[in-house]
Amino acid sequence: MIMGYADPFETLFAFQRALENRLASDWLGTTTASMGTYPPVNVFQQGDDLVAIVELPGVQKEDLNVQAKENTIRIAGRKAIDYPENVSLHRRERLSGIFDRTLVVPMQIDPDGIKAEYNDGLLALFIPRAERDKPRNIQIS
Amino acid sequence: MADKQELQVQEKREAEKAQEQTRPLRAFLPTADIFETEEALAVVLEMPGVDRSNIDVNVDNGVLTIEGRIDFNKYEGLQPVYSEYNIGPFRRSFRISSQVDQDKIKAEMRDGVITLTLPKAEEAKPRRIEVRTG
Repeated sequence: MIMGYADPFETLFAFQRALENRLASDWLGTTTASMGTYPPVNVFQQGDDLVAIVELPGVQKEDLNVQAKENTIRIAGRKAIDYPENVSLHRRERLSGIFDRTLVVPMQIDPDGIKAEYNDGLLALFIPRAERDKPRNIQIS
Repeated sequence: MADKQELQVQEKREAEKAQEQTRPLRAFLPTADIFETEEALAVVLEMPGVDRSNIDVNVDNGVLTIEGRIDFNKYEGLQPVYSEYNIGPFRRSFRISSQVDQDKIKAEMRDGVITLTLPKAEEAKPRRIEVRTG
């Protein structure tokens, strides 16, 4: 009998499928006001809170600007690519330029509690849900 | 001038497999820049989410292959609610000429971007030829 072994790739595969299913979801939908759709964002739920992970490879931390107000988060910045002088370019696929994107989160968040981390070309925003937005248990007397 | 340009999303392309894999895991093609200086060929690849310990670079039979794995543990306990890009390992191969000194290939990683420097072999470097007047 063939036993199923725990496969570390199986979780990633399941995750890829879950992401696929979420593509074109209308969760942020038309509420995402922005200059463009760059950079691409994935939003996850972690307990009560949200985690937004943004792909921004090759951006200097100093060139990144994240702002938050009420339930709106703005990610703006500039991606610069410097080629050394006197080179001949064989292939040029990477894009550079400015970006400015605003996410409107469909729940009450605590803008002061947002934490941002930039590592390995990924910007992670930890967005806590506002205390007043959390569901409460009602005591029945 | 290029800096004023507004950035657009590049859809992640899936890596084409030379052989079929045993696991149905999808790998993606990192976007690449390749340029050449007098001394070397440089290959720059964007692999967001890959740290330097998860990169494999190898040259086999004149084919340079770069693989970057994602540390999936960072995503544990996260439930996707909205998604604009897929996550998976990166993989890309290039055929390089024998003019490259394969033993001296260097790699450098920063902010999810890997830069490979492939020094040209001595005999492939351009030489200045003096023209003397007789």
